[in-house]
Amino acid sequence: MLIVKYTPEHEWLEYNGEVVTVGITEHAAEQLGDVVFVELPEEDTSVTKGDEVVVIESVKAAADILAPMDGVITEVNSLLEDEPELVSKDPLGQGWFFRMKPADPADLDQYMDEAEYKAHIAGS
Amino acid sequence: MAELRKTPLHDLHVELGARMVPFAGWEMPVQYPSGVMAEHRHTRAKAGLFDVSHMGQLTIRPPAGGGWEEVAAALETVLPQSVLGLKDGRQRYGFLTNDQGGIIDDLMFARRGDHAFVVVNAARCDVDLAHLARTIGAKVTIEPLRGRALLALQGPSAEAALARLSPEVAGMRFMDVRTLTLDVAGGVPALVSRSGYTGEDGFEISLPAESAETVARALLDMEEVAPIGLGARDSLRLEAGLCLYGNDIDETTTPVEAALEWAIQKPRRRGGDRAGGFPGAEVILAQLEAGAPRRRVGLLPEGRAPMRQGTPLRPEGAEGAPVGTITSGGFGPTAERPVAMGYVPAALAAAGTRLEGEVRGKWRPVAVADLPFVPHRYRR
Repeated sequence: MLIVKYTPEHEWLEYNGEVVTVGITEHAAEQLGDVVFVELPEEDTSVTKGDEVVVIESVKAAADILAPMDGVITEVNSLLEDEPELVSKDPLGQGWFFRMKPADPADLDQYMDEAEYKAHIAGS
Repeated sequence: MAELRKTPLHDLHVELGARMVPFAGWEMPVQYPSGVMAEHRHTRAKAGLFDVSHMGQLTIRPPAGGGWEEVAAALETVLPQSVLGLKDGRQRYGFLTNDQGGIIDDLMFARRGDHAFVVVNAARCDVDLAHLARTIGAKVTIEPLRGRALLALQGPSAEAALARLSPEVAGMRFMDVRTLTLDVAGGVPALVSRSGYTGEDGFEISLPAESAETVARALLDMEEVAPIGLGARDSLRLEAGLCLYGNDIDETTTPVEAALEWAIQKPRRRGGDRAGGFPGAEVILAQLEAGAPRRRVGLLPEGRAPMRQGTPLRPEGAEGAPVGTITSGGFGPTAERPVAMGYVPAALAAAGTRLEGEVRGKWRPVAVADLPFVPHRYRR
């Protein structure tokens, strides 16, 4: 069973019981504008919650994606190196950034579910 | 903070779904729903309509009984351009200089019979007006035009689009200026110049504020015309190698450092009929002959990571302090790669010179390149 959570920084986290896939929400993609470059982390690196792991450059500015929890990066979406525009076009699908094995899956609990996230956007 | 000013097209921008942002004291559209990339490409492929009503429009008129000669002579005391040499109905690019040879603002000036029509940057309009009043205010009448809008229609289809409202525009060439009647709502008088800020052919249209929305809607109704925001305006001018005041030029950069010497005509240079006589002439005229210690150049970052304004530059492989800085940088949608410009020492200014720029703590390769990145397509 998949668990989907959202961070206040507009990242979506999808946990399949083993790894967490990380991307940005449609709201974030829209705010960011056309993405022209994505810098991805190395696979098999250990990260600490809050580490800058991905840099997204849009036509307007650079934005960071932070590690949502402690863990190890297991896979990156190398498709984005040649097609960074996938982040803008398909943020919830082909535009994902990386997968990580969380040190403690319970860390997911601190994040919002879909209803909470919708309320968060509406209020911001 | 003071309330943001709104252009006559504000409601139209909102209706079109624009994202509005503060810019130089104005609330301006940065992009429409199609996004910066699509807007940029549309302008280069067809025609883009820009609201540039935030820019300052002014007239400079002769004293009673005087004529163009008085206006031109006064302007030549504040600009290094040849103003007396400007024919009626023609426009020139120029800049106000300070005593150190720095640039107070860059502008367009046109000769309209006995007076000049001038367009200046929004963020510098007040500074310019104070400067002009202090320097030439006793000799000529400087009048900011209130209640006017300014539209830019840019791109290869601009002529065909605007010609539907006034066939006469097809007969204009680059930097011509004419008073025309646009065939909209019973006729709208407009001052049209064949010029712009994208590197494309196109027009800038000064018109009464109350007619701006009608004219904008008439143009936007045409198949080839789409609204374009400030985001694409910036990427278009960057690819065209055109300076943005405040980024690439300011009071500390001279025209020669900024590679703008092409805009200083012969009569104002040493040996010319009217050499010097403008603020900073000593510095600028000397640099025109001997070169400047630093130079604005085009820069092509390797790879796909953009290098933005403020990125420090150093020679390839050199440790130590940076020797230059990027002043404008981003992704060029037509160039399909990151593009930038910035200042480097004269010895490192030749095209092909290999440098490094620091992005997020890492020095990455970048090469000096000729400007523009996308060839100009003016109708000369």
